Amino acid sequence: MDENQLAGYADKNQLPPPSERIPAIRWLKQNLFSSWFNAILTIVSTALIMTIVFGLLRWALEARWEVIPANLKLLLVGTYPVEHLWRVWAVVYLVAFLLGFSSGAHGGLMRRVSTTAALVSVVLAVLPFPWGTRGWLLGIAVAAAAGFGLGYLGKGIRWCKRLEIASWILSFPISLIFLNGVGGILPVIKGRTMWGFMLNLIGAVVGIGLSFPVGVLLALGRRSRLPAIRLVCTAYIEIIRGVPLISLLFMASIMLQLLLPASVRPDLLIRAMLTITAFSAAYMAENVRGGLQAIPQGQYEAAYAVGLNRALTTILIILPQALRIVIPAIVGQFIALFMDTTLFGFIAILELLNITRSIMGNLEWRGTIFELYVFIGIVFWILCYSMSYVSRRIEKTLGVGER
Amino acid sequence: MTNDEGIIIYRDVHKWYGDFHVLRGITFTMQKGEVVVICGPSGSGKSTCIRTINRLEEHQRGQIIVDGIELTNDLRNIEAIRREVGIVFQQFNLFPHLTALQNVSLAPFWVLKMRKSKAEEAAMKLLERVGIPEQAQKYPAQLSGGQQQRVAIARALAMTPKIMLFDEPTSALDPEMIKEVLDVMRNLARSGMTMIVITHEMGFAREVADRIIFFDYGQLVEENTPEEFFHNPKHERTKLFLSQILDY
Repeated sequence: MDENQLAGYADKNQLPPPSERIPAIRWLKQNLFSSWFNAILTIVSTALIMTIVFGLLRWALEARWEVIPANLKLLLVGTYPVEHLWRVWAVVYLVAFLLGFSSGAHGGLMRRVSTTAALVSVVLAVLPFPWGTRGWLLGIAVAAAAGFGLGYLGKGIRWCKRLEIASWILSFPISLIFLNGVGGILPVIKGRTMWGFMLNLIGAVVGIGLSFPVGVLLALGRRSRLPAIRLVCTAYIEIIRGVPLISLLFMASIMLQLLLPASVRPDLLIRAMLTITAFSAAYMAENVRGGLQAIPQGQYEAAYAVGLNRALTTILIILPQALRIVIPAIVGQFIALFMDTTLFGFIAILELLNITRSIMGNLEWRGTIFELYVFIGIVFWILCYSMSYVSRRIEKTLGVGER
Repeated sequence: MTNDEGIIIYRDVHKWYGDFHVLRGITFTMQKGEVVVICGPSGSGKSTCIRTINRLEEHQRGQIIVDGIELTNDLRNIEAIRREVGIVFQQFNLFPHLTALQNVSLAPFWVLKMRKSKAEEAAMKLLERVGIPEQAQKYPAQLSGGQQQRVAIARALAMTPKIMLFDEPTSALDPEMIKEVLDVMRNLARSGMTMIVITHEMGFAREVADRIIFFDYGQLVEENTPEEFFHNPKHERTKLFLSQILDY
């Protein structure tokens, strides 16, 4: 073959792919009315769906939605004293600021998340809330914007990145201490087991933040070469996974009450959070172990062969790949943990579900069960969907080098 | 132990997988700068044999001495030897979550404690040496098999090893890509690197090897110069093997 022949060869016989568009009528006929039986099925199920949808719509229009705004503060933060509500806002601002900062410094996923948060706060501020609340809501957007500006300026500076990571980690304990109060400086909020939805959020954040590292360590321990470590980790995982969370919570609340004197007994809320962390960590460990097992032996060999020791091999080569594989399972676990915080209600902690029950017990709001539960459903759905959205984006971003 | 006796010394090395006797008393010596090609049927233990050199496989009897260091269970010895021996695998085994450049610069940064900029500079030079500097920022999945294997060679060279092991480096490659990998290996051999190569590429063996070793049933059946090995093999088993791989 000479040069010209070769040049033309690559483009020869190239055809466009066949069109896959079908006219709507033909699609209907093919998929919904292909036989008389299918036609009947289509008509009956359409009627059924219409009935349900119209029923729901009628209910939604007649429902007493005023129960939500009237009790909004109670639902979201429980009996947190009004004169200290600024502390809750301050924590929200801190998170908004950090989100903005990260989005300014990195862009990508962070930018989407922080922009969405800022937009939502602006939209909420337009709704007929009291003017004070609207001001607070707008503050979220302002905090995010300020963070964005600073993050953008600090882009690429090395200590800025370290500062960012450190602030994210420190924001956990700082927020908790801030909300709870410190003796002498910030008044401690009495009856701290009455924080409504905020309590579910805090429980979930603490549970996720702690159970993830503990779970990874347990997974590594279960695969350890040292029999003692392997035995302890395996026993822990199998025991915890064999017991329902609710009974662990009861144990933490009642049994510790009996066993430990009040002076050394941690607060009920702390016990509940530690319990859910311990519970979730066992499941997390099994998810992570699944990821570890998916890594081929060749990866270990290649790492050892270039001189990496076991610890470095695990941290640099194995874990990054293993965790990426199990992101969907891990996020599923996070979502489950978040939902499980509603079980706190059973050990007399006033989280969202428990608060709702007390509202329903109020004569003024009798018969508003559906309204309140729909509200709870929507609130949980928004947050859980956000988590799964973020996880899908992360998977996509990290998938660059996938085999 | 002095280095004059050889850079790699095997003395009556045995290994078992359960009851299966994979290595049945291997004894040989290699000098610095030598290129040895090992061939033999699959399952003959040749791969296991070279993997004992950097302790990816453990031998159970006998003595292996690499550059004056005897391989024992002492972790320090193993790590010292791994720093001097590079290996290239049949399945490449690149780190899929790192770019080509990161694959190469990782170990110098973490193990040799090189500064990041230095390590990346050196990695870039190696990628140039294997002919793919333009692929530095790509991930393994975005590279062809031949390119991946060349990154793997660069990764092994980044630790400035004294010895390079190749475990069937071209067996998983499409025929069109075998040459680009063999070219890199040929240049490496010319630069004076001590190499052990397991391969079925007899053309390469004939041209580059100082010695050819034929392996079967965990034993070293024949050890010969390429000239003698192809034209005048001593052992009947070698003749049979050669007739099967050459005459089709």
